[in-house]
Amino acid sequence: MSPHILKRLLDRLRDDGQPVRTDGGTAAAGSETAGSGFDLGSTLSSLRESDAVRSAPFWLPPFLLMGFFVYGAISWNIVISFTDFGGLQLPTYDPSTFDLEMYRRAFSDGQFWIATRNTFVLLISFTGLSLAGGLGLAILVDRGIRFENWFRTIYLLPFSLSFVVTAVFWRWMYNFDSGLINAFLRSIGLDFVASKWLTGSIDTGALGAIPLVPDTFYFKLFAVIFALLWQFSGYAMVVYLAGLRAIPNDQYEAARVDGASILRMYRRVILPQLRASTVSAAVVLMVFALKAFDFLYVLFGSNPGPTADILSTMMYRQAFSANQWAYGSAIAVILFLVALTVVAPYLYGEYRRGEL
Amino acid sequence: MSVRDDLAERVGVDLEAIDPLRVALYATLVGLVAFYLSPLESGLMTALKTEAEFATSPPFVPPTVEGFTLEPFGVALNTLSSAILNSIMLAVPATVLSALFGSFAAYGLTNFEWRGQLGVVALFIAGIFIPYQAVLIPLSRLWAIVDTQELLAPVLDITVFSAQVPVLGTVELATHPHYASIINLIITHTAYGIPITTLLFRGYYKKLSTEMLEAARLDGASAFTIYRRIVLPLSMPMFAVTLIYQFTQVWNDLLFALIIIPSGSGPAAVATIALNELTGGIIQTFNTQMAGAFVAALPTLLVYVLFGDKFAKGVAGNT
Repeated sequence: MSPHILKRLLDRLRDDGQPVRTDGGTAAAGSETAGSGFDLGSTLSSLRESDAVRSAPFWLPPFLLMGFFVYGAISWNIVISFTDFGGLQLPTYDPSTFDLEMYRRAFSDGQFWIATRNTFVLLISFTGLSLAGGLGLAILVDRGIRFENWFRTIYLLPFSLSFVVTAVFWRWMYNFDSGLINAFLRSIGLDFVASKWLTGSIDTGALGAIPLVPDTFYFKLFAVIFALLWQFSGYAMVVYLAGLRAIPNDQYEAARVDGASILRMYRRVILPQLRASTVSAAVVLMVFALKAFDFLYVLFGSNPGPTADILSTMMYRQAFSANQWAYGSAIAVILFLVALTVVAPYLYGEYRRGEL
Repeated sequence: MSVRDDLAERVGVDLEAIDPLRVALYATLVGLVAFYLSPLESGLMTALKTEAEFATSPPFVPPTVEGFTLEPFGVALNTLSSAILNSIMLAVPATVLSALFGSFAAYGLTNFEWRGQLGVVALFIAGIFIPYQAVLIPLSRLWAIVDTQELLAPVLDITVFSAQVPVLGTVELATHPHYASIINLIITHTAYGIPITTLLFRGYYKKLSTEMLEAARLDGASAFTIYRRIVLPLSMPMFAVTLIYQFTQVWNDLLFALIIIPSGSGPAAVATIALNELTGGIIQTFNTQMAGAFVAALPTLLVYVLFGDKFAKGVAGNT
């Protein structure tokens, strides 16, 4: 064994945050003498080579299966978006006919821009609210409470349910006549607030004069966001809780000795250290928001209308209801690029920090 | 020092002292419990009420003696039972397969060192974040081209295979060609499950003692022997986490089933599709809808209540 390998071994142990044990040291000393007769360079390179070969039977089959379905399908989808595939005839893959017509069509389609706007409204407000809600929950649960497991389990419970199930529950929650939300509002004397949450709107009145504020505000998309917040804030809580628990106790102690108030302690000492948790939770939440299709589909079918249409429902509708396959593919490619702009920097950051 | 003392010290609060802040804290926590459980509670109460009762009483109030009925659950069970069996036939193999593949891949990518390894890892992990819309049309094309029933005919007659399930005798499995689409769905879910299962296992294998594996290797053990004798037995806790997490993911999926099961319904429908159809009707029988939601969610709810901590571990690894 060469010292290089030993060093690598120790590096790996350190990377994992485990203390380097003394018995590792003695074992290494023995192997060093055993390996002294070898040509270091060639041993190392042949070892590397053999490692690549030896590991292939394990990772290559899953890689091929996954690669075919993920990267093969994405490439195939990109190709379809260059064709005119539509209706009931089969696609023809003739490179000489490939063009960007479907993308031009999307960019001149008013519906596409509405869906894009809604997608970003959903993405940003859902992610922001879920992070805030999850952080609040995590801080409450982390205050050394009794029955912590019970509280945590209940807050995470909606996350284990399918979109179909939660959409069915929320359709009932939002029901105008007998749903829980309106029943609750009426019981505390707020009858005038009770609304048709899934179809209704409110006149913004004087506020409508402000740029970007529409004259009529439709509840639909925000009803969806609220329900998704209920379903996913528990997820953000779990991620933040792991982040909070990773902060050493003496930092809490130091802040307390300094006489910092609880609020100040969280703001100055704790929150800045939760950056990594925030980033990873935000990425996953955004991906869930892009997948919110199931929820909208159960509530509104494939056409939620202009006030709640998002790119994923529009893509499904164009492809599987209207048989506009190539157009659907082009929208899917755009959606994929949106996801990529979120995920690629995150993965690159993980790679740079050696956490991949 | 107990965990509780430890926590008490770190947040600077004496657990035994009753102070207004603690009371407010617990009041908030309990209020949040009410918020998180209210859709389920009002759903359950509604599912136990007759139509006349749920239309007139507040949704969170338990049914009166006259207004109590189990009929919605009867209807829901009747309508959804075959779809739930289909979901089990889908979710169990898909979950086991993607967990096994994930374990293989993670072992091959973690406990070896070679050039370009991180690039492959990145491709695996990026697969977690794919919006499935980007693969839907190719998937529907692929499964229109590949005739699974025909391909499997020499080794497995799907119709006979289905009829061989003895306990489920009441369910007509034998005649419908749509069952091939469940196999298509199993393959699809297995493939798309591999990235997350690989990530979960990789996080675990990184922490395995390198010395032990290196020692086995110096003793001349092959990569297969090391996996079978050392890594696989040590992975059992992670298999539990992965299986539980992935089972709920596959069970809860609607989108792939919509695309891959032809006409979206029929005897091959899975639970999410059948529930969507049960509740999508024009007649607003909310009690049946709620009962249907509980019946379709029962397996995942059960898994969650029994193994919530393992599920949470899978969630925390999903980052």
